[in-house]
Amino acid sequence: MEFNPKIVAFLCNWCSYTGADLAGTSRMEYKANVRAVRVMCSGRIEPTFVLRAFKNGADGVLVCGCHPGDCHYQEGNYRCLRRFLLLQKYIQQMGIETERLKLEWISASEGKQFAELVNSFTETINELGPCRIKETIKI
Amino acid sequence: MRTITIDPITRLEGHGKIEIFLNDEGDVQNVYFQVPELRGFEKFCEGRPVEELPAIVAKICGVCPGCHHMASGKAVDVVFGVEPPPTAKKLRELFYMAHFIHSHTAHFYALAAPDFVVGPFAPPSKRNILGVIEKVGKEAGLEVIKQRRLAQEIQALLGGHQTFVVMNIPGGVRRGLSQSERDDIVTKANGFVEFGKFSLRLFQDVVLANKEYLDIILNGPYSLKLHSMGLVDNNNKVNFYDGKVRVVDTEGKELCKYSPPEYLEYIAEHVEPWSYLKFPFLKKIGWTGFIDGQNSGVYHATPLSRLNAADGMATPLAQKEYEHMYSTLGGKPVHATLAMHWARLVELLYSAERCLELAMDPDITGKELRAQLGPIPGEGVGIVEAQRGTLTHHYWTDDRGIVKKVNIIVGTTNNNAAICMSIKKAAQGFIKKGTEVSDGILNLVEMAFRAYDPCFSCATHSLPGQMPLIIEIREPNGELKQRLIRD
Amino acid sequence: MEGSKPKLKLAVYWAAACGGCCVSVLDVHEKLFDVVAAADLVFWPIALDIKYRDVEEMPDNHIDVTLFNGAVRNSENEHMARLLRKKSKILVAYGSCAQLGGIPGLANFSTKEEIFNRIYSESESTINPEGVRPEILVKVAEGNLHLPEFFNDVRSLSQTVDVDYSIPGCPPQTERLLEVFTAIVSGAELPPKGSVIGAETKTQCDECIRKKSENKKIRKFYRPWEIQDDGITCFMEQGVLCMGPATRAGCGYRCIKGNAPCRGCYGPPAGVADPGAKMMSAIASIIDEKEPEDISRVLEDLVDPAGSFYRFSLPSSIIRRKMP
Repeated sequence: MEFNPKIVAFLCNWCSYTGADLAGTSRMEYKANVRAVRVMCSGRIEPTFVLRAFKNGADGVLVCGCHPGDCHYQEGNYRCLRRFLLLQKYIQQMGIETERLKLEWISASEGKQFAELVNSFTETINELGPCRIKETIKI
Repeated sequence: MRTITIDPITRLEGHGKIEIFLNDEGDVQNVYFQVPELRGFEKFCEGRPVEELPAIVAKICGVCPGCHHMASGKAVDVVFGVEPPPTAKKLRELFYMAHFIHSHTAHFYALAAPDFVVGPFAPPSKRNILGVIEKVGKEAGLEVIKQRRLAQEIQALLGGHQTFVVMNIPGGVRRGLSQSERDDIVTKANGFVEFGKFSLRLFQDVVLANKEYLDIILNGPYSLKLHSMGLVDNNNKVNFYDGKVRVVDTEGKELCKYSPPEYLEYIAEHVEPWSYLKFPFLKKIGWTGFIDGQNSGVYHATPLSRLNAADGMATPLAQKEYEHMYSTLGGKPVHATLAMHWARLVELLYSAERCLELAMDPDITGKELRAQLGPIPGEGVGIVEAQRGTLTHHYWTDDRGIVKKVNIIVGTTNNNAAICMSIKKAAQGFIKKGTEVSDGILNLVEMAFRAYDPCFSCATHSLPGQMPLIIEIREPNGELKQRLIRD
Repeated sequence: MEGSKPKLKLAVYWAAACGGCCVSVLDVHEKLFDVVAAADLVFWPIALDIKYRDVEEMPDNHIDVTLFNGAVRNSENEHMARLLRKKSKILVAYGSCAQLGGIPGLANFSTKEEIFNRIYSESESTINPEGVRPEILVKVAEGNLHLPEFFNDVRSLSQTVDVDYSIPGCPPQTERLLEVFTAIVSGAELPPKGSVIGAETKTQCDECIRKKSENKKIRKFYRPWEIQDDGITCFMEQGVLCMGPATRAGCGYRCIKGNAPCRGCYGPPAGVADPGAKMMSAIASIIDEKEPEDISRVLEDLVDPAGSFYRFSLPSSIIRRKMP
């Protein structure tokens, strides 16, 4: 069966989700592999969310927030950045390729960038193949 | 061939079982002692920062965590290429003496004493610590519990966590001693010395004065002629914390003496498919199988072997007891397995005296607790005597001190082959054609492994511990022929 | 003076364990006599000579309370977990290994094959040219010998059977055990099934007496030996990783008393499923850098995130083992 990557994207309400919405309303075409989860701020994204996504079968996880300096809640995106970098170190130790977790800043007007991000990330995941962690951790 | 299975072994290190195979005549053909457990410390320590290892390896054993913590701490010092300052070394050894006191007390009174104080043929319901207390009195029982508790309080004071101490840091220790804390330890240590003397008196009065017991110790099927291993100081006296490893042969002549970094030239481990535990042996002789004697590669590392391998004890009262033991048992070296219990009590007294000595040392309240650290050479071996044998930890790290490899030879592991042989000899001695394999006989077989002080000496207390054993005697086709239950 | 109340039937069993939890039970010291007055120990392989066969012959729910310590590492551990579940009214996951997987759980960074290779072949002191490995069935001249099967990964007790309560700690602090024991014996109402008992609900930081300030900001992490600990200030504020913020209180901050940072043996506080993930979140919050290069520089000094954040809880965490 052909591999169809499952990608979970956590998008902050004020910037990146709106940007993703813009891609949609502008009728931009991009790969359909992403399941979007809207959070109020990228600072809301806990490591638990990312890890649960992988555990439940995500092949790749995207984390998007406002550009540095533009966070609706001032500093939330910096927290997100720090958590993301620490998460990358952690998942590498657990045998999950760090390329499967990506962070990118997407503003409300960056519909095109969002579409491009999804396409390139899906391609990356396609090349990596399915993430086997879900089977590995089964009891 | 008929089989007698003893599963699980109780009052022994972790999980263990014994398979006794009887031939058609009813004599013991062979006996296998199997260790069914493994956790894999030597693998999962890889990738950890080396300074975390003293705390992680302490979890190898909950009764002797201090032993692993010390061997590990010493190995880590060498990984960093440093020596701890004198105060730190003395604090470590002081902790270590308290650790020996707690463990040797627990083992003797709960594991050994029932067989001797109450008697090997006494009813099982009496052959436990409660039976001992009945014989020696509740007051004495409370005294045993109290002394053990006091030793543990010293552990908690010096090590933070009472059981899984955290005192070691690369180059030293994390915590010093104040004057008042030191004075408190001196008081406790004086109590330990009295308690050590009391325990030896008890052994003298109850065991040695009893002809039957003395006979079992000297003439029972419990003797194995093996090479003896133990750590000795510069004067060849017994030391638990530091020194060189000395091995003497079955006649008492020195076979070798090595410092920690040299251990790989002298010790190797053998693997059998029927046990998860490996079998160390003397490399220069080679693995000769499960035989004892001068030409065997098997050695033992126990309180008795420590006393055999050394020229004496470093403290005066223990030295007197050492001399008394050897003159009673006919000179050095002693091969009577059950004499391990006696040797253990001599060590208890030594630990108490040494504890007092260290507590009174002016350096012990010193403020210099840690050596200066620099670039990390990245390899280290640490050896101490654990209560049940010589313990070796060997670490390799990268230049950031992240662990690459770990090799550990544990105290009881040294004795794996010896324990197998002791059990077999006892079984062959007591179970013969026509023997009614009774409860008392089974207990005599168990006494063979108990002398080695299995790693788990928790039986400090109580409990209506009988020694229930279920023996199933089966025909070769597996049909149950006889089932003996000792409740 | 014994009342007419029947004694509590108590069992203590150890699986892939070290004995520390059994020692914690013994460390009741003089109170032992009170314990024995209120309870009959009906199974405790370390201390009593009651065999597996005796447990098998007990009626179901015969045992009132079983304190099960140790992780589930092999087939014997699993078998005993199932057996004791059947025979016990209340099954307690006692200690870190049973509750979370514990230190043996670190083996989930490797596979069975890697572990066996290291121990039985690669070990520098081992001479084994034929590559002998322990086998679950061995035919010797006299007959057959059996060993339990070593699983590829470690599990906690609740990943194996239904568990009524957990008492956390490595080992649980004896005073906490006595509190629980007294509550049970006195007939007090027990908390809802599945609860963690014998511990607090908040984190270690709540108990710990080290000085904390309002503003925690970290610009550099230090290995414990890189600093001179002042013995007074919060470890995290000195730049030393301490698992206190993500660890349940109840142990009496015993490691802190020994001047060592907490490593998380009491498991997650109330309401937290994965303590490592929470710790990552907490650390990210207090790093005082904004640029990716600066943040990465700070994180460089966190040398073993997985092993530090999941020291005791790897098998029960979300990503519960490393992908081989």
